[in-house]
Amino acid sequence: MAGSRKSSVRGLFADVRYHGFGIIAGLLFLAPLVWSVLVSFKPSVEARQPPLPPWPVDGFSVQSYDNLAQYGAGIWTYTGNSLMVSAATVVASVIVSLFAGYGFSRFRFPFKNALFVLIISTVMIPFQSILTPLFLILTKLGLQNTLTGIVLVYVTLQLPFSIFMMRNAFDAVPKEIEDAARVDGASVLRVLYRIMLPLVLPGVVTVAIFAFLASWNEFLAALILLTDQKKYTLPVLMAAVRSGQFGTIDWGAVQSGVTLMMAPCLILFLLLQRYYIRGLTAGAVK
Amino acid sequence: MTSQQQPTGAQPVRRRNSRSRRNQLAGLLFVAPALALVLIFFVIPLGMAFWMSLHNWPLLGKPRFIWFDNYSRLLQDTQFWISLRFTVYYTVIVTIAIFAVAFPLALYAERSRPLTKLYRTAFFLPVVVGFGSASLLWAWLLDVDSGLFSYVFAHLGLTDKRINLLADFDTTFWSIVVMVVWKTAGFNMIILLTGLQGISTEVQEAARMDGASSWQRFRRITLPLMRRTIALALILSVAGSMLAFDQFYIIADGGPQNRTVTAVYWIFSQSFMSFRLGYGAALSMVLLVILVVISVVQLRLLRNPEGV
Repeated sequence: MAGSRKSSVRGLFADVRYHGFGIIAGLLFLAPLVWSVLVSFKPSVEARQPPLPPWPVDGFSVQSYDNLAQYGAGIWTYTGNSLMVSAATVVASVIVSLFAGYGFSRFRFPFKNALFVLIISTVMIPFQSILTPLFLILTKLGLQNTLTGIVLVYVTLQLPFSIFMMRNAFDAVPKEIEDAARVDGASVLRVLYRIMLPLVLPGVVTVAIFAFLASWNEFLAALILLTDQKKYTLPVLMAAVRSGQFGTIDWGAVQSGVTLMMAPCLILFLLLQRYYIRGLTAGAVK
Repeated sequence: MTSQQQPTGAQPVRRRNSRSRRNQLAGLLFVAPALALVLIFFVIPLGMAFWMSLHNWPLLGKPRFIWFDNYSRLLQDTQFWISLRFTVYYTVIVTIAIFAVAFPLALYAERSRPLTKLYRTAFFLPVVVGFGSASLLWAWLLDVDSGLFSYVFAHLGLTDKRINLLADFDTTFWSIVVMVVWKTAGFNMIILLTGLQGISTEVQEAARMDGASSWQRFRRITLPLMRRTIALALILSVAGSMLAFDQFYIIADGGPQNRTVTAVYWIFSQSFMSFRLGYGAALSMVLLVILVVISVVQLRLLRNPEGV
């Protein structure tokens, strides 16, 4: 009996230690995110002070958001730019990789493996090293300073991951399923759309999440390829605000911008965590 | 691309032939958009980057072919080598720091207890926030007047008065290291976790029965069996850090005294602030080769134990 009590005490101690660590470490990781959101709701004057306590003392205020809205062409323009770029990148990534994944998984054609390796191996090459030629090519195509141009670049950068994911997704579907449909006389596209798409939907969701997060958050390419201020995406705009291009830095407004940028990422992740982690570990397990 | 009904009388051989050719065509059509994108926005730019690096290429005006002059010039470009050395220094430090945090987190989060999933999610959340947002967030936390750290340090008596952490190289550097560890530890934790979960519990259990201490088990079983996973996390971390830009541009603007200008930052400023596109391309080529070499070496070293 003494032994069991001793072990239960030890168990309790271990529990406290386990959860104590989890809570403290968890709070450390969460704190900056929460802090930023909280300060974005302080009145401007208060937001200029060191953020202790983190929450607004003089009541919640949307003053920082009002200030944020005033920059340049107005925050709606920039949010609209970011949304359009991300939405287009998501849609295009899904369509292109759905086709390519299906092609690589189910068809035989010359140089198939070489082409697959070529696409996948572009991850080895840092895109930072080809930004200058990209700038010139987009200019040649009349796409410099357009959201279309940057979308095409983003889709290309996502391709190795997207196609890898989609080919694996199609590989996991038994061949018999579509053979049956083909025998019934359905066209290839119809089989892909009606039969295969529902079966590879988890892969599509994963591709879409990664495409969204990458395009919504990307900074360097947008900084270089979008030189017209009206075309800026949110990260480029906010970096300009931080560097003082719009006058004295209003930290409350900057953090309201940060909150605006973080919110969709956090919400999307929390809702679709399963698909995100699947994408992350797909490459790791291989 | 519709599969038409073949007349029943068609010879089987011909039928198969035309069908397989049609199949080949369909396959090629399916991958064509992806190939076009990779060709136009990756392969051609890559070739162009090399071609440009052999030119004096201003933003406006005619490029002039100058053979390898850009390359001989970059050998004497002090700022480039300083930036490269700084980038390597940053990469080594930040990678060690990330592993020092991510490995314990992975070991911790591997256990399945109530709430573990919740903690894991908390550790991971900064990963999904962009580097741009994270940098803007920390630029504020590090601000001398409105930020958190200098205020807290002064308040706790660690410093006499509020000091500007971004005015000194070391404090700037370590602040950014802390920020990046905060931002990326969760990512590496998940990668390492997949490796940990791939190790069978029976092996661990058997070793425990044989009286192996937890340190011995970690050293002799966990680490060797996780070689591939560690290699992957290491390569991703090293490649990412060698290409660091956002945080140094947004938080520190390369300062103080240009001492936190990374390699990509220097390429960016040469190409798009000084508009030496040819020279920037030559710098890019050097960075590209360095990165590919590092990745290949790491793969070699960590994939087969005999290589070490």
